[in-house]
Amino acid sequence: MITLTINGQTTQVDADPDTPLLWVLRDTLHLTGTKYSCGMALCGACTVQLDGQPVRSCVTPLSAAAGKRVVTIEGVGSEAVGRAVQEAWRQLDVVQCGYCQSGQIMSAVALLTANRQPSDADIDTALGGNICRCATYLRIRAAIHLAAKSLV
Amino acid sequence: MTTPPIENASRRRFLQGVAGLTLALYLPRPASAAPQAETTAPFAPNAFLRIGVDNSVTVISKHLEMGQGTYTGLATIVAEELDAAWSQVRVEGAPADAKRYANLQWGGAQGTGGSTAILNSWEQMRHAGATARAMLVAAAAQRWQVPAEEITVSAGVVSHHPSQRQASLGELATAAATQPLPTAVKLKEPHQFQLVGKVAPRKDTAEKSNGKARFTQDVQLPGMLVAVVAHPPRFGAQVKEFDASRAKAVKGVVEVVQIPTGVAVLAHDTWSAKKGRDALTVTWDEERAFKLGSDEITARYHELAQSPGAIAHAQGDPDRAFAQPARRLQASYDFPYLAHAAMEPLNCVVQLQPTSCEIWNGEQMQSVDQMKIAAQLGLEPEQVTLHMLYAGGSFGRRASKDSDYLLEAVSIAQAIAGRAPVKLVWLREDDMRAGYYRPAFHHTLEAALDAEKQLIGWRHRLVGQSILAGSPFGARVNNGVDPISVEGAANLPYGIPHMRVDLHTPQGIEVPVLWWRSVGSTHTAYSTETFIDEVATAAEQDPVAFRLALLTQQPRHAGVLKLAAEKAGWGQPLTQGGAGERRGRGVAVHESFGTFVAQVAEVTLQADGKLKVDRVVCAVDCGIAINPDNIRSQVEGSVGFALSALLHGAITLKAGVVEQSNFHDYAPIRIHEMPAVEVHIVASSEPPSGIGEPAVPPLAPAVANAIAAATGKRLRSLPIQPADYA
Repeated sequence: MITLTINGQTTQVDADPDTPLLWVLRDTLHLTGTKYSCGMALCGACTVQLDGQPVRSCVTPLSAAAGKRVVTIEGVGSEAVGRAVQEAWRQLDVVQCGYCQSGQIMSAVALLTANRQPSDADIDTALGGNICRCATYLRIRAAIHLAAKSLV
Repeated sequence: MTTPPIENASRRRFLQGVAGLTLALYLPRPASAAPQAETTAPFAPNAFLRIGVDNSVTVISKHLEMGQGTYTGLATIVAEELDAAWSQVRVEGAPADAKRYANLQWGGAQGTGGSTAILNSWEQMRHAGATARAMLVAAAAQRWQVPAEEITVSAGVVSHHPSQRQASLGELATAAATQPLPTAVKLKEPHQFQLVGKVAPRKDTAEKSNGKARFTQDVQLPGMLVAVVAHPPRFGAQVKEFDASRAKAVKGVVEVVQIPTGVAVLAHDTWSAKKGRDALTVTWDEERAFKLGSDEITARYHELAQSPGAIAHAQGDPDRAFAQPARRLQASYDFPYLAHAAMEPLNCVVQLQPTSCEIWNGEQMQSVDQMKIAAQLGLEPEQVTLHMLYAGGSFGRRASKDSDYLLEAVSIAQAIAGRAPVKLVWLREDDMRAGYYRPAFHHTLEAALDAEKQLIGWRHRLVGQSILAGSPFGARVNNGVDPISVEGAANLPYGIPHMRVDLHTPQGIEVPVLWWRSVGSTHTAYSTETFIDEVATAAEQDPVAFRLALLTQQPRHAGVLKLAAEKAGWGQPLTQGGAGERRGRGVAVHESFGTFVAQVAEVTLQADGKLKVDRVVCAVDCGIAINPDNIRSQVEGSVGFALSALLHGAITLKAGVVEQSNFHDYAPIRIHEMPAVEVHIVASSEPPSGIGEPAVPPLAPAVANAIAAATGKRLRSLPIQPADYA
């Protein structure tokens, strides 16, 4: 049994320690907002926060998350930055197919938590690992700026 | 069975809301939609709208929401004629039932594609909304004992101003259900629109921003097993034998079964199924497998292009025009296979019962899938239930002409005799390698100019696999010409007196091919719009002016071209780049699916040789603009999608084995590569047409023409390589 704190809730998980956190979240805990897309940390769809840092859960073994605070898309709105980002996403109608957007939002929240006034270059760096096949990138960038403004 | 995990909240609320108004609408088919042979009931009932006593307005979308905004667009139209408040409107996906939910552009078949959702639904959704409105007004008139003509409806409130009475749609729903169906309804005039052409935010943004949106990948059913499949390394290979002992030893693995397309490992969870699949030992019978590589395919296409193909279009006397032209230009082009590579890899959930089959899927081809699944199971099509969930992208891939991945999922469920629901999951590598690509193409073009530098002759030859041949739509192949192989080329808009377009459809190339966002125009727009640009240069003409002179009979092409040029500052000098930088501006215009798009791209060749696409100015004419922000959003996304293909997109084969596997070697653009995009929408009173695809085709030629303007280099092989424009 491995103990995790997910979105503020402590949970015991019975899975092999080498199981990627992604599959524990999705298949064991049924937190399906975190998405599978590449399985190799190439696209960022599976991004979650581990002790405040964005990680690709598809290559993060369960053992690495033991005892740490995990925040997923389901829980990110309980804090001010997450709320601001989700609200900006709604205001600008960022999404298209939506499948990558949990990961985009998790990366955006991590960026804004560390840097309240990101430049375009900061955004490109922080979000560079998140692919959007619908190419909603312009609105992602605009929404991050909008969220930053609302957090001032 | 009932499916609480999937059923969405609005549906539950409706069912709990007891008495509501379900409108069975009998709507005539628009005269333009030609019924096909398989049409069983062209005047069958349609149901697109429910109004609950809780004042909810539920629009039932017959089309798949895969990102293109159709749930929002269709609901905008219904809400407009209903005069509902946008906030009370929600959207639900329709079940598979071609009698009610046929795509009116596809005869009697139900499905989504070809940018037809708005085009085929416009009148139908307007009538759906207007009919409901008329019945609500009639109910209010009866309740208040006032003339119906004195009643108004605005933002979901039904009012009788003289007596100062009002009611919500929900309050009138039960009474409206007993009103007779009106025989005729009056639709609004465009100046009366409150939502169409105005602001109507997407209906799916909130749930796609908080993790609640449910995709096929998210489906969980009691007792469900996850299946991951070992597919053959080459197309056409078969399982010879396999050893499952190591796979079965993986914790969580339940069964290993052989299916027609490989070997499936079923487990309690996805990770165990993947580990099991990786532990399989499979020997493949490759005797009949396809073993050519991309280079050999290309060589074969080049050879075919030496001889005439099947005529797709001819006018005038092209050979005479080329007999002694003052100037003759020629060019040839190569286009690779492209994978759709949607963010949600393919998947499908199946639950088999003795006399029924239930499917959960980002469902894009209901009628074909229902028919093929029923045939495989020995059921009637009506016994196959299809739940249409959100698709995490598709770009054509989920409109599988062969129902390939659905039948694979059904085969797995059959192999375990339906003992458990099965979720088939293709891993990214399966999604990239197991086929169904935009076909590779080779084009040759020739142009003849007369002594006055007028373009008098045009010969265009295409070589590439047919998508339609052998599919349920194969009857559309006519005299050896698959119309979607040549779309955008055979209907070249330019006024050229002598012209011929011909096509070779090579046989024996066993790479599965499929429509890929904007289909034939993905390659025809590139070859025609870069070549016409080259001809303009040869004629010493401005590329915009040269095109416009040939578009005098094509007002909508000319309209977007002029608008894009004007907004981009065409004709004014481009801002200079920094030291060692070269800048260029290029243009392209193309019609696909009845929508006209022109784009002006600005590029910088940086001092280090890298290409940066700085800005793309787009002008769009898609008729009446239903939802302008969604149009902008689709155009922005199309620019990025098309740029991915231009810069990076290629699926290549080596001895029949696909060389790419994941996003490191098949790379969509990332955020730093995204250019600024401006979108200008032509004001129009033409009927609305689609916007999911038509902004894709002009991007690549516009960028290539900009590179040519900066460097003088014409790029004739995609994806473009830095060496080609250095």
